[in-house]
Amino acid sequence: MTSATPLSPLDAAGVAAAVDAALAAVGAAGDLDALKSARLAHTGDASALALANRAIGALPGPDKAVAGKLVGQARGRVNAAVAARTAQLEAERDARVLVEESVDVTLPADGLPLGARHPLSTLSERIADVFVAMGWEIAEGPELEAEWFNFDALNFGVDHPARQMQDTFFVAPQDATVPDDASGLVLRTHTSPVQARTLLERGVPVYIACPGKVFRTDALDATHTPVFHQVEGLAIDEGLTMAHLKGTLDHFARAMFGPEARTRLRPSFFPFTEPSAEMDLWFPQKKGGPGWIEWGGCGMVNPHVLRACGVDPDVYSGYAFGMGIERTLMLRHGIADMRDMVEGDVRFSQQFRTVI
Amino acid sequence: MPRVPLTWLAEHVELPADLTAEQLAADLVRVGLEEEAIHTSGVTGPLVVGQVLELTPEPQKNGKTINWCRVDVGAHNDLDEAGDPTVPRGIVCGAHNFGVGDRVVVALPGAVLPGPFPIAARKTYGHVSDGMICSARELGLGEDHAGIIVLARLGYGEDVTAPGTDALRLLGLADEVLEINVTPDRGYCFSMRGVAREYAHSTGARFTDAGLPSDDQLREQPAGFAVEIDDDGGIHGVPGCDRFVAQVVRGVAASGPSPAWMQRRLTQAGMRPISLAVDVTNYVMLDLGQPMHAYDLGSLTAPVVVRRARPGERATTLDDVERALDPQDLLVTDSSGGRAARVLGIAGVMGGADSEVGGTTTDLLLEAAHFDPVTVARSSRRHRLTSEASKRFERGVDPLLPRVAVARAAALLVEHGGGTVDDTLTDVDRTSVRAPVAFDPAQPARLVGVPYTHDEVRATLTEIGCRVDDSAGTWQVHVPSWRPDLAAGVDLVEEVARLRGYDAIPSIVPPAPVGRGLTRGQRVRRAVADTLASGGLVEVLSYPFVGTDQLDALGLPADDPRRHAVRLVNPLTDGQPLMRTDLLVTLLDTVRRNVARGTVDVGLYELGLVTLPDPAAAPAPRLPGGARPGDEQLAALERAVPAQPLHVAGVVAGLVEPAGRGRPGRRADVEDALAHVRRVLQVVGVQASVTADRERAPFHPGRCARLTAPSGALLGHAGELHPQVVAALDLPARTVAFELDLTAVLSAAPLDPVTAVPVSTFPVAKEDVALVVADDVPAADVLAAVRAGAAAGPAGDVLEDVRLFDVYTGDQVGPGRKSLAFALRLRAGDRTLTAADTAAVRDAVVAEAHARVGATLRA
Repeated sequence: MTSATPLSPLDAAGVAAAVDAALAAVGAAGDLDALKSARLAHTGDASALALANRAIGALPGPDKAVAGKLVGQARGRVNAAVAARTAQLEAERDARVLVEESVDVTLPADGLPLGARHPLSTLSERIADVFVAMGWEIAEGPELEAEWFNFDALNFGVDHPARQMQDTFFVAPQDATVPDDASGLVLRTHTSPVQARTLLERGVPVYIACPGKVFRTDALDATHTPVFHQVEGLAIDEGLTMAHLKGTLDHFARAMFGPEARTRLRPSFFPFTEPSAEMDLWFPQKKGGPGWIEWGGCGMVNPHVLRACGVDPDVYSGYAFGMGIERTLMLRHGIADMRDMVEGDVRFSQQFRTVI
Repeated sequence: MPRVPLTWLAEHVELPADLTAEQLAADLVRVGLEEEAIHTSGVTGPLVVGQVLELTPEPQKNGKTINWCRVDVGAHNDLDEAGDPTVPRGIVCGAHNFGVGDRVVVALPGAVLPGPFPIAARKTYGHVSDGMICSARELGLGEDHAGIIVLARLGYGEDVTAPGTDALRLLGLADEVLEINVTPDRGYCFSMRGVAREYAHSTGARFTDAGLPSDDQLREQPAGFAVEIDDDGGIHGVPGCDRFVAQVVRGVAASGPSPAWMQRRLTQAGMRPISLAVDVTNYVMLDLGQPMHAYDLGSLTAPVVVRRARPGERATTLDDVERALDPQDLLVTDSSGGRAARVLGIAGVMGGADSEVGGTTTDLLLEAAHFDPVTVARSSRRHRLTSEASKRFERGVDPLLPRVAVARAAALLVEHGGGTVDDTLTDVDRTSVRAPVAFDPAQPARLVGVPYTHDEVRATLTEIGCRVDDSAGTWQVHVPSWRPDLAAGVDLVEEVARLRGYDAIPSIVPPAPVGRGLTRGQRVRRAVADTLASGGLVEVLSYPFVGTDQLDALGLPADDPRRHAVRLVNPLTDGQPLMRTDLLVTLLDTVRRNVARGTVDVGLYELGLVTLPDPAAAPAPRLPGGARPGDEQLAALERAVPAQPLHVAGVVAGLVEPAGRGRPGRRADVEDALAHVRRVLQVVGVQASVTADRERAPFHPGRCARLTAPSGALLGHAGELHPQVVAALDLPARTVAFELDLTAVLSAAPLDPVTAVPVSTFPVAKEDVALVVADDVPAADVLAAVRAGAAAGPAGDVLEDVRLFDVYTGDQVGPGRKSLAFALRLRAGDRTLTAADTAAVRDAVVAEAHARVGATLRA
């Protein structure tokens, strides 16, 4: 504030008035710009207090001390008020900016869409994990397989009626001059040839699960597909019994379907097992109420199979079981139509981005 | 599969009076016979016997004559004034094969006939017809539509057909029929005899075996019609026929109808009644399990000879098909025109037309034989001819049955068709007693895990018809003649477990073995799949079947090795007989399906095997089961199986970033395909080099990258699809794709664990270098030069990272040139780099790039 008469550094009342005027201006400043103007006016070089301060130097000694104290305190009060007001106005501005910068966070954030595994793959891996956790290993083999591994090694003789039960894709020979059935190759009709391969390669004892793709000559419809997935288990060791088979199946059923699940065995026939059984699953979530549903086949490995794989059936015994992964997936997730799993429509797999 | 009418089964085993088919199914499934279906007649009551009291023919304007009948239906008559049912019902009937006094079957209002066809009182031809007089066809009892059923003609006596009698029960239309699924080891369950035995096993019901020979059937009889068997070699050394029983029956009304009850049972069991002779043989087959044949004796010339077919021989079977015979076909012949000259039928499969029972036949030769299962199965398969007989012979028929069956059939013929049974009987019997099975009675407990006592084991084996002989210390088990499947100890173990109940088996989780977890390949596959999914692609599993038109659509050249594919003998569709040799061919099909369904921006991937046959591969050797092949044989098997490497392929079509909200959207391009590939290679740990490939279908010749391992091995390709392929497959423009041989990628990856480089905490020095090169120099080459130069600099390998951040063409660098700008991040592990250090790196980079690709530092 400038005035006609410069403020005397000894004019206590004048200094007080200048302070009051400065505090009033600082307090009245509504934003940082107004505050800046007020600060310059009341503390700037041309301000009354600055001029008074500058005039102190010319005062005589005793007055100098009195004036210094008076003006110094006055300037201190004004500066403190400016600082306080600055902090207050800056805080208000920052708060306002944060409000102004708000965006609509409910806008769909679809910039980086997640892909998806196929649920059959995810389930196969989950099944593998269950068996790995039991100490078993995961074995695999070729999908186009020698008939010996697919049939003969598993006790399906050439004329065995069960060989006709399988709707087999036969492979034409490379040499076009020989008959069509001469290749000795088929698309595997089950994952069981992996059992024979593993026994021959690794010997016993062996505990393996074999998930994989298999082929049967069924046309695609709601309940059939010519290409589907199975998981088979094989355990060969000394002293294994059907009770161990049952225990393994019950454990697996619980891992797949929850603690209520359990299995039931019914007599049946498979060339590679004796005794053989169909396996039913107690399925609490069954449509129309809890009940038994068919889940797979199993049995004690036939000594013919053990011998074909170089294992002595008088020393070793063991069991094998198999079930469809599609069927398991359909049961767990209420999938009604097989075609959804095989047609590759992304809308199907995208439902299974979640951990299953 | 066999159908079991409950009322028929009850003749072999005691059934509870209130047994339902559902309960029977539950009882049988416990012993291994699964329910296939439950059949009912489809007729529901009221269906009653009526006696025709009056019949008035009434000609109609349409030329037809209808009969207006008054029918006495007993308690179902209309009520008289006193409230008693004495007033016969009025019924209109269009058929004319009956008359006053006949007892007929009347469906009253409220009944439902198969169709479903509900019956109601209705006005027709000027009368109210209060019900319907039924024909056999209307009741689902046969094809006879010619006329309505007259009960007396079907053999129903007046004593059982009082008016008002429940005709549902009388005709068996109330019966339930259980169809069961019989596994291949239980051929004997293709008979009431066998199913009844199993029911007894399941429930303990009293069972009487009607299939055991009586003393009379075991006596010697003078030989009858001459029968000879000419087949010593057989298949697998087993003769085609080891038993042939022939019996002459004379003076039978063979072509007349069989009795109503027999027709009803045959119908319930799924067979069509034909004539007495045929029906009786079928009936005995269904009842006991022995397939039979009845020949017109007069048309036969002795001897009947069983022999294999001669090369080039032909025969016409009962279904009027002339068939070219195979020397493995076993035939039943007679000697009309020379010994064994005329074919009577393919043994165990189907008879021929020549010796069929005809309208005038009265003298019959009955055949009941035992044929080799393999011989019958092969003929049945070869001629695509499955008959009731072949189904049974393939699974094995009780060789002791023929005489029992013949006696039974002869008795039925005489009972229902008159005539006499010859006192002679031909029984060519070459069966041998089967060797007993050596059995350790502890084996069931050891294998099943249930502590069965020896007594329990013995009792179970006895129950199924075995005889246990332990006189020599060890058990010798003589198995019953109807169980050819019981050949070894484990077969008997199953019988013990089955009859004692599978539900008795405890549940014990086996002790955990020492496993090694997933293999490296398995872990890599998961990581690759997860990487692609997290990169936005969706996994699919497409069928591996392809056709040449699909390979054409991809533009594969005629000599492309991918055209050399495995062919299936019996593909699902003739258009797709090949197994895929790469994944893109089937994956692109899946992309098309998604696009067609409206998902036009789509990214897919697949992991799967492809099949790469070796044109020089020999067929897989045929080896027997039951014994380990030799190492050389196993190696031959391996060589015959084509290589099936695991591939991974992906396709990205349309936009990868959606348009809208101020963003233009971004179409997938080559870099997207390469980015997926790079991520996969990074996950596996392979440093691949990228070069342009101008000749790889189905890619754009100018936009295809080839990926090779440091060893030079091809790993795969990535790029934009050829515009012609895009057009041919109707894909979104500029669709990009990649395919890697994951098996090759895996073998190119170092097996050693990653060696960690210490993380330097000294400050980073940044240096940008812009290099000008000819515009046809691949960026990868310049980048390689930058890396090599930096590594060779005097400061040592201090290049932490290098990024190409700009590509410039234009006036500033001149025509035919381009400038590539690289941002280098430099850092040493042991000190702070000086300005002199970074300058030295830059100089070394420029020098190396100049030497390699003629680069100059951009001014």
